[in-house]
Amino acid sequence: MDLRFRDAEPAAEERAAIDALLGAPESAWEGGARTEDDLRFAAQPAEDRRDQLLPALHAVNDRVGWISEGALDYICRRLNVPPAEAYSVATFYSLLSVRPRPPRVLHVCTDLACQARGAGAVRRDVEAALGPAGTSWQPSPCLGLCERAPAALALQAGENPTATVYGPADFSDSSAFDWLSPAGSVAANDPRNVHGAADGPRENAKLVGGSQETADLADGSRETAEATDDPGKTADLADSPRETAETTDDPRKTAELADGCREVAGVFGDAPVRVAVPQAGDAGLVLLRRVGVVDPASLDDYRAAGGYAALRRAFELGPGGVIREVLEAGLVGRGGAAFPTGRKWEATARQFDRPHYLVCNADESEPGTFKDRVVMEGDPYSLVEAMTIAGFATGCSRGYLYIRGEYPRAIRRLEHAIATARVRGLLGEDILGQGFAFDIEIRRGAGAYICGEETAIFNSIEGYRGEPRSKPPFPVEKGLFGKPTVVNNVETLVNVLPILKGGAAAYAAVGTGGSTGTKLFCVSGTVRRPGIYELPFGATLGELLSLAGGATGTLRAVLLGGAAGAFVRGDELDIPLTFEGTRAAGATLGSGVILVLDDTVELPPFLLRIAEFFRDESCGQCVPCRVGTVRQEEALHRLTRRRSAGDLVVLREVGQAMRDASICGLGQTAWNAVESAIDRLGVFAEEAS
Amino acid sequence: MTVPLRPPRRLIEITVDGEAVRVPEGDTILDACAAAGKDIPTLCYGDTLTPKNACRVCVVEVEGARTLAPACSRKAEPGMVVGTATERARHSRKVVLELLASSVDLSTTPRAAEWIDEYGADPERFGPDAATVAQPAKVDNELYVRDYAKCILCYKCVDACGDQWQNSFAIAVSGRGFDAAISTEFDAPLTDSACVYCGNCVEVCPTGALSFKTEFDMRAAGTWDEDEQTQTTTICSYCGVGCNLTLHVQENRIVKVTSPHDNPVTHGNLCIKGRFGFQHVQNVGASDG
Repeated sequence: MDLRFRDAEPAAEERAAIDALLGAPESAWEGGARTEDDLRFAAQPAEDRRDQLLPALHAVNDRVGWISEGALDYICRRLNVPPAEAYSVATFYSLLSVRPRPPRVLHVCTDLACQARGAGAVRRDVEAALGPAGTSWQPSPCLGLCERAPAALALQAGENPTATVYGPADFSDSSAFDWLSPAGSVAANDPRNVHGAADGPRENAKLVGGSQETADLADGSRETAEATDDPGKTADLADSPRETAETTDDPRKTAELADGCREVAGVFGDAPVRVAVPQAGDAGLVLLRRVGVVDPASLDDYRAAGGYAALRRAFELGPGGVIREVLEAGLVGRGGAAFPTGRKWEATARQFDRPHYLVCNADESEPGTFKDRVVMEGDPYSLVEAMTIAGFATGCSRGYLYIRGEYPRAIRRLEHAIATARVRGLLGEDILGQGFAFDIEIRRGAGAYICGEETAIFNSIEGYRGEPRSKPPFPVEKGLFGKPTVVNNVETLVNVLPILKGGAAAYAAVGTGGSTGTKLFCVSGTVRRPGIYELPFGATLGELLSLAGGATGTLRAVLLGGAAGAFVRGDELDIPLTFEGTRAAGATLGSGVILVLDDTVELPPFLLRIAEFFRDESCGQCVPCRVGTVRQEEALHRLTRRRSAGDLVVLREVGQAMRDASICGLGQTAWNAVESAIDRLGVFAEEAS
Repeated sequence: MTVPLRPPRRLIEITVDGEAVRVPEGDTILDACAAAGKDIPTLCYGDTLTPKNACRVCVVEVEGARTLAPACSRKAEPGMVVGTATERARHSRKVVLELLASSVDLSTTPRAAEWIDEYGADPERFGPDAATVAQPAKVDNELYVRDYAKCILCYKCVDACGDQWQNSFAIAVSGRGFDAAISTEFDAPLTDSACVYCGNCVEVCPTGALSFKTEFDMRAAGTWDEDEQTQTTTICSYCGVGCNLTLHVQENRIVKVTSPHDNPVTHGNLCIKGRFGFQHVQNVGASDG
C-alpha cells in the first residue's frame, strides 16, 4: 500500500512500547532510522500484520495513557496501515484515548448492578473531587464486578501498567484521591512505590471501607493463606516455576511466572475470587468445583483436582467422538443465544477450507454478567483445557482468547496459565505426545460491548473496527480472517470438561429436556448474597433467590438476562430457570444475569441507564440502532419528567424497527428490557392513556 | 464499446409479493425486486460498490426469518418468499426514514421527500430537542466540500476511497454510535491528508454531503438549478485511458463532472484531472468579460 503519513514523530517511550511488541523496525520503510541501504532497495511488501493494530494501540495506551499522533503514525508505518483507519479503530474503543490524559484513569461503574447499589453516590463523590468526567475519570459501563457493587477500576499507564480494583468503592473520603495529585501520579509510576501501595492492606481497607469482612478480604496476605490451607502447598507452588526455569532460558519470563504463582502482579485491591462464589467448596458443584478452592496459579493443583482428564478422554474419542458426545449431551451456548454447541462444532469441522480457527469469547460485557471472569480468575486452566479440546474437535491449530480489557486479573491469570501449559507440553506442537498441535493467543478488548458479538469479535481481532458483519455468511463458513471459525463463550467451553469426563448421558441427565447440565447465574443487585451460583437447569427463580438470601428489601422486580434481557415481577418467582421456561414466560435467560431490584430502586432512572448503555455501545453502523437508541433514550428522559402516550408510541415503534431491522443482536435487543418494564412492570402506566 | 459478458448463470426462482421471479443465481433480492418492477428505496446501496447494508431502508420481509433482510445485500435463494410491502417492512422503512430525517439534513437527498411522503414518516415526532448531526460544512480545499450535517454514514465514500476503488484510504469512520463520523486521522484537514482529490467519494455520496465546491457555492447563492442543466458525456482529453466524462453545464459553464457508472473504463470513477480539471475550458471569462 502506498500510504501517506503526516510525519509526526513518536516520543521515545511510545516508540519503545511499540517496538517491545512488534520488534525493532527492519528498515526506514517501516519507520526505522534511514540508512544508505534503504535508498538502494525498495520496500519489501510487509507481512500482513494488521491484526497487531489493536495490541499496538494497547501498548502505547498502556505505556503513556493515550495515543498521540506520533505514536499512531509510527504504528501505521510499522504495520502498513492507513493512518485514517488506525485512527478510526483507536476512536472505536472507550479504553483508548487519542487525546492527552493523565496516566491514571478511574473508571467508575455506573451500570445496572452498581446503580442498584449506590453508584450514584460514588459518582457524585468522584465528580466532587475530580471535576467533570473526561480526563482523570470516566463513568463506565458494567465492569463485571457486580458482586462487589458499587465498583470502580483505576488503570495506571506506565512501564509496568497496573490496575486497582475498588469494590465496594467508597470515595467519600478525599484521601482516596491522593494518587491523583501530580506528585502522586508520578510516584505511582515508580515501580517501587507501586509495590509499596500493594503491600498496604491498610490503604485498601480504607478504600473498601465498610464491613470488617471486606476489609479482611482486601488483605492480600490473608487471601493466599485462606486459599491454600496447607502451608506446604504454598511452598510447592513457589517451587513449580523453578521447574519451568530449566526449560525456559529467559530469566525475565520465569520471574513473571513466579510472580503469578503467588499473587497476580500489577492488580491491586482485588478480593479473592472466592468472594464471588458463595457456594465455594460445595461438593455438588460442577463448573465451579475448583473455583476458590484450588490455587488458580498451579497447574499441579489443577491436575490433582481432575484437570486434563477430559483432554485425555478427547484423544481417546477422536474429534468425531468428541463432537458426538457434545451433541448428545445437548450442550447449548451460554453466551446468550443458546445455539447447540455440537452443531456449531460439527459444521466447522466439516469445512474444507483451512485453517480453522477457534475464538473463545471472553468479552463478557452484558451488564450484570461476571461468570466468565470468575471462571477465568478462579480456574484458568479449565478454560485452557476446554479450548484445547474444542480445537482438537474442530480441527483448529490456533485459538484466540478474546478477554475484555476491564478484566486485568483474568487476563494475567490466563497469560500465566497458557505460559505454564505451554512449558509443560499441554499447548504447542505435540500436546501430550498425541501429535496434535494447538496454541492459544490472548487478545485484549479495549472497551466495546459490541465486540462480544460473534462477528464483531473477528473484526476486532483482525485490527478493524469492532463492527458486526452481516450474516450470511456465518462464522462456520467465513469467520476470523475469512476462514471457518468456531466461536464459543467461556462457560460453554468449560461445560465440555464434565461432558467428556462423565459422558454425555450423565451430563444430559442433569437439568431438563430442553436445557441440560448446570448453569452459572450471575446474581447481583439488591440481594443479600450476590455472586455466581451454579444450579442444575430447572431450578426456579425463587429457589435461586432464596439461595442468595433473598432481596434486601421488598422484592420489586428481577432483570433476567441483562440489559438485553427482560424484567419479571417480584411475584413471578416460580419461573423455571431454563431456556424454554424463561422463553415461555416471555423473558430470556440470556447470559444468566439475575439482577434483583427491591423497592429502594427507582425504575425510571434504571431504564434510562439501560437506554444510555445501548446508546453508548451502539457501534453506529446501522441506522435503526445508531439513531434508534438515541431516540429511545430521549423518549425515556421525557417520560421520566412527564407521562405521555405519544412517547410510549415512539418507544414502541422505534423499538420494533430496531428489533426488526438492526444488523446485529445489540440493536435487535436494545428495546427488550424497556418494553418488558412498560408491559410487565407497568412503569409509566399511570396517566399514560 | 463492448461490455464483457459475464459467464451464464443458472436461473433460480423466488417469490416477490406473491409473484414468481426468475433471476440468475447470485443476484440479490434487490435485483429480483427490480426484475419484478418493485421500487425499493435505497440509500447506502451503490451500484459500483459492495453493499454495506448500513442504512436499512431497503429491508424486506423474508418468510421464515426472525428479522427483516436488507434487500441490497441478501442473495436470492431458490424458493425464497419475499414481501416488499408487508406491514413490518413498511414500518421499519418508515421509522428508518424518520430516524434519518430527524437527525440528518436530507434536503439534497434525491427522492428522500418522496419516500417520507410515501411511507407516512413524521420526523417531527421526536420533538424539537431531538439530537442531530448538525455542524458547519468543512470547506478546506477549492475542489469539494464535506457537509457532514447531511451525512447518513452510509460508508460509501470510505469504500470508494479505500480498497474498493481508489486505495487512498484518506478517510474512515471515527468514533462510535451516534458520535461516529467520517474523518481523516485526527480530523486533519483534507489538504493535510492522503486525499488525492479524485472526487470518487463525491460521485457515490447519496445525500449531497459531499459536493463540488461549485455546487456548494451555487446552492449557497441560490443559483443552483438542476432543471437548467444539461449533461454531455464526452471523453477526457488528459491522457490515453479514455475515461468518459459527463459534463453538467448550467448557463454555459461546467458546474460538475461525473462519469457514467456503467462505463467499463471508469465505473463512475475519475482522477483529479478528469473530475476537477475543467476550469481551463471556461477561463476565458476573466479577461473578456
